[in-house]
Amino acid sequence: MFRRLDDSGVTLSLTVDGKPIRARSGDSVAAAMLAAGIERCRATPVSEAPRAPYCLMGVCFDCLVTIDGVGSRQACLVPVRDGMAVETQLGKRQAGR
Amino acid sequence: MTQASDLASSYDLVVIGGGPAGLAAASLAARAGLATVLFDENPGVGGQIYRGITSTPVTNRAVLGEDYWAGAELAADAKASGVVIATGATVWSLDPSLQVGVTIGGRTRVIQAKRVIAATGALERPFPIPGWTLPGVMTVGAAQTALKAQGLVPKGRTVMAGAGPLLWLLAAQLLRAGARVEAILDTAPRVNWLRALLHAPDFAFSPYWSKGLALLREVKAKVPVIRTATLAALGDDRLREVAFDGRRLPADLLLLHQGVVPNVNLAMAAGIEHRWNERRLCFEPVLDEDLGSSVPGIAVAGDGAGIAGGTAAAERGRIAALAAVRALKPEVAVPDTQAVRQKLRREERGRAFLDWLYRPGEQLRLPAGDVIVCRCEEVTAGQVRAAVDLGCEGPNQMKAFLRCGMGPCQGRLCGLTVSELIAQRRGVSPDVVGHYRLRPPVKPITLGELASLPISEAERRAVER
Repeated sequence: MFRRLDDSGVTLSLTVDGKPIRARSGDSVAAAMLAAGIERCRATPVSEAPRAPYCLMGVCFDCLVTIDGVGSRQACLVPVRDGMAVETQLGKRQAGR
Repeated sequence: MTQASDLASSYDLVVIGGGPAGLAAASLAARAGLATVLFDENPGVGGQIYRGITSTPVTNRAVLGEDYWAGAELAADAKASGVVIATGATVWSLDPSLQVGVTIGGRTRVIQAKRVIAATGALERPFPIPGWTLPGVMTVGAAQTALKAQGLVPKGRTVMAGAGPLLWLLAAQLLRAGARVEAILDTAPRVNWLRALLHAPDFAFSPYWSKGLALLREVKAKVPVIRTATLAALGDDRLREVAFDGRRLPADLLLLHQGVVPNVNLAMAAGIEHRWNERRLCFEPVLDEDLGSSVPGIAVAGDGAGIAGGTAAAERGRIAALAAVRALKPEVAVPDTQAVRQKLRREERGRAFLDWLYRPGEQLRLPAGDVIVCRCEEVTAGQVRAAVDLGCEGPNQMKAFLRCGMGPCQGRLCGLTVSELIAQRRGVSPDVVGHYRLRPPVKPITLGELASLPISEAERRAVER
C-alpha cells in the first residue's frame, strides 16, 4: 500500500510474526509494517475481522500488535528499535500468550 | 530524552500536547519564568499539523509546503525557551485538583500543576461507510502522517474521498511527492454553497482564499474529481473496489476524510463542560475569553477548543499562557493579550465559510442499516437505532445495551456518530443526549506502569500489615 520516497537509511531489522523486515530509524512500528507490505495488524476480538492501521495518530487503536511480548501496543506510536519482535494479534487474547 | 525520573513532582504549568498551541503556550510561559513542562505522546513535537517537524525525511521543502515548515520555528522557539519537553509521554489522567497522570517509557508519575493547558488538538471526524474497517481503507490524515513522519507515499491505485481542506492539501502533497491519485470523490453536499456564500466576503479577505484556490487548481489539473452522495468500500479480506453513485472503481487504498473535530477525551474526563456546535457538528468545550474552562485552572487551547487551524492554534496557546502568567506571576511584564486576540481573530476569519462549505451530509455521518459505527465492538447503526426504539435514551445507557464506545479507542471513533444517531432517532439535539461519559485512564496503561508510581513510606505503611 505504501512505498518509501527514499530507501536510504533503511538499516534496522525487526521481525513480524518471525519474518524479518527492514526499517528506518524514525519509523513507527506501523509505518515499518506498511512499508514492508504487511497489511494486517490484528483480527478483531469480536468477529476476527482483519484490521490494519486506520488513523496512524493514536486514536483508532486498530494497529494494536504485540511488541516484545507486551500485547495491544499501539504500533503507530511505538518507534522501531533494532531487533524488535512484533506479533500480529489474532482475535481474543488467549490465556498463556 | 526526558524520562519520568527527571520530572519534578510539581510544576507551575503543565501543557498537554506539543502541537502549535502547546508549543506556543509552553514557550511563552517558560520565558515568563513559569516552571513549565510539556507532554506529548508522539516521539517528537509538532502535533499532527507539524508532524515530524524536527525529524521528517522529506527534505524537498516544496512537497509539504511552506505552511508546514513554519512549524520548525515554533519547535525551535519552544526548545530554546527552557520548557521541559517530554515526548513519548502519555497523559492518561487529568482531574479538577490539577493532578496529571503521565507515563513515559513504562514509568508513571502523577504531577501536581498550578495551571494546566490542554492542547490535545483534533482528530478526523468519523466516516462510517460500508467497509470502512477493511484493510486498505485509511484516513487522509493517516496518509499525511506517513508522508510527514516517515516519508511514505501510497503505491498502487489510490482513491481519495470526502471533503475538507486537508483532503485537497494531502492530494497536492502526494502529487508533488510523485505519487499517483486515481480519483477524488467529492462528497461535500452541493446545497452547502447556499449557506457558505453568506460568509464568502469574510473568506475572500482571509489567507485561505488564494491558498485554497491555488491548491484546488493544482490538484484538479492532475486528478479527476467526481461528485458523489454515496460511498462504500468493497472487499472481503481487504479493499478491492470503491463504490459510489452506481459506479465502481478498483482500488488498493481508499483515503477518507470529512473534516476534523476536537479531540475531547482528556478534557471531558477532566470534567470540563462541553456543548454541541450545530454548524460544526461536534462537541466543543465551553471557554471564557482566556480559554479557561469550567474547571478552574484548566484552559483548552488549539483545535481542541474548536477547529480553527494551526496558526490560530498557536495564538490560542499564547492567550492561555498569558492568562497563566498573569495568575501565577502578576509581576512579570507580558505581551498585550489584546494584540494576540486581534491576531487570532484574523486567523479565524473565513472559518465559517469553510465550516459550511465542507459540512458533511447526513448520509455519510449517520449511515443506514448495518454499517458499523463502533469499530472496536463492531456495533452497527441499525443496532443503535433499534436500541433507541427499545427506550435507550443516551450514549451511556447505550454502552450497557450494545457495548459501543467500550473498546480500546474509548469512543474516539464512534462518539459523535452514536450521539447523533440517538439524537436523530429521538428527535432532539445532540446537546440533550450528550456524549459518552469519559473517565481516566483516557489512554490504556498497564498495571505494571501504574505500579511504578513512587510511593512514600507513609503510603506503604498504610497498606502493609
